[in-house]
Amino acid sequence: MSRQSNHVQEYCLTVIIWTAATMVSIPFIWLMGDLLWNGWSHLSFNFVFSAPLNAGREGGIGPILISTLLLVGVCMGVAVPMGMGTALFLSEYTRHDHVLGRLIRGSLDVLAGVPSIVFGLFGNALFCQVLGFGFSILSGGLTLACMVLPILIRTVEESFRVISREQRLSAAALGLSKSTTIRTILLPAAIPGLLVGGILGLGRAIAETAALIFTSGYVDRMPESLMDSGRSLAVHIYDLSMNVAGGNPHAYATALVLVSLLFMINLSSSWIASRWTLSNQLPT
Amino acid sequence: MISSSSNISPHSKRDDLLSGSVRFLALTAGGLLLLVIAFLFYESWPALHHIGLTRFFSDPDWYPTDNSYRLTSMVWGTIFASTGAVLLASPLAILSALFCHFYAPPLLSRWFRRMVELLAGIPSVVFGFWGLVVLVPMIGHWHPPGPSLLAGILILAFMIMPTIMLVAHTSIAHVPLAYIHSASALGFSRWSMMWHVILPTTKVGIFTGILLGLARALGETMAVLMVCGNVVQTPSRLFDPIRTLTANIALEMGYALGDHRAALFMSGLFLMGLVVLFVSMAEGLRHRNTYVATK
Repeated sequence: MSRQSNHVQEYCLTVIIWTAATMVSIPFIWLMGDLLWNGWSHLSFNFVFSAPLNAGREGGIGPILISTLLLVGVCMGVAVPMGMGTALFLSEYTRHDHVLGRLIRGSLDVLAGVPSIVFGLFGNALFCQVLGFGFSILSGGLTLACMVLPILIRTVEESFRVISREQRLSAAALGLSKSTTIRTILLPAAIPGLLVGGILGLGRAIAETAALIFTSGYVDRMPESLMDSGRSLAVHIYDLSMNVAGGNPHAYATALVLVSLLFMINLSSSWIASRWTLSNQLPT
Repeated sequence: MISSSSNISPHSKRDDLLSGSVRFLALTAGGLLLLVIAFLFYESWPALHHIGLTRFFSDPDWYPTDNSYRLTSMVWGTIFASTGAVLLASPLAILSALFCHFYAPPLLSRWFRRMVELLAGIPSVVFGFWGLVVLVPMIGHWHPPGPSLLAGILILAFMIMPTIMLVAHTSIAHVPLAYIHSASALGFSRWSMMWHVILPTTKVGIFTGILLGLARALGETMAVLMVCGNVVQTPSRLFDPIRTLTANIALEMGYALGDHRAALFMSGLFLMGLVVLFVSMAEGLRHRNTYVATK
């Protein structure tokens, strides 16, 4: 009798779990299908490289792609050296349980959870107003750099940390100075981790909208310098769908471009991670 | 870190330069959080000074141009939307993590996980756009007006599900194999094994995931901004449009001046406080959890 009810229970649970998995998959397939179905027909060489006309209803996304690249370039240009330096400090210049190291790590953990809109407020106050950069690609890129720094540092630090102790000891035994050890032994060994960290940060920066609306602004012209306002792909989607009547077809196409870029980024990072079998040591 | 008290390796200028610059960069990165908090305080000071904390809850309504700054209905909007999303997403996420480990055939399990990872990487503005063009019209068809608390809950749930599921998945993967083998040896059914062995050992990990999901839902801006309708009111039904604190900042930051601007920074500070609380709780739990797992 109890065996019978056990079977019923087991069967019901199996059904529930498969239903839950299906319920998770359906919206995903729906979203992707919808983007492909409605976006693909508007996608063309012309769309990707020409300038938007009529507030984005016609034309393309050329200048917006360039602005996105510049934003991401500023962001990575600042975040990568800073992230590398901090990660080096945390893994090579302090003990794991050192107070300063723990403080820095803790503050970065909290920073990683700060909502992007708050970074937007901060960027607006510091970069646009106090430092006087105004609504510009520079302000937006610097704001993004603050945002991606925690995830970048954590990944890079982990990739330094998994390098075996023997390598450092051997270097010290050979009488190599610290800077030579770092340059010739630690950095090359940590390259896959650095790449994965950089790529994760890149993905985050490209996907961001809320932090950019009031730091890099809305302008959809071709940017002439870093001090010009520029609109990223994500902001373009937001603007087309919320503020431009009849902007949906091009919003679909832009979303398709953005999501494809992100998928490529995501795939290449997991490819690098699995190739160097680092995946189980890196934070997900 | 390898070091000894009396260092005999050659000491060069380059070493000093490197250690100095690395220390400087690390201190800058570590100080960034303080800088963010300091700027939020600095910018919201006029609001705290001129308006005072109590008026954010006692003023008649949110009319910042008429010097009326009630945030209550937006606080409710934020709370309803994010708790609704967590309540909806957590069971689904836990069940799908169990699905991945114990039900799906290996190939399907790998693909399912890969799909959830991709889902986690989709930008919020794309979720918001999809919600705006697909979900909102559907809800509007069923129960007008369409842009509503319900749409916000659904989109947020969809967005935080991957976070919770991936954390739960990792902590299930860390359950010692011996536990599972013992359970099988004792003749546990799959159901009792999951209920009496897996869930109790992973509950801290799963709770961490839920906290991280909640933090993400509270701070999410674009998606809720696009699907919730942004009417300042305390919702009484699922189909009422709402405005969250984050959406309020995004909508009004463009033209806000003076006390209005300071009030927006104040709500940002408040949001940040909440999120910091949840994230540090989650981090604390995570450290405890790894300790238990390695013991």
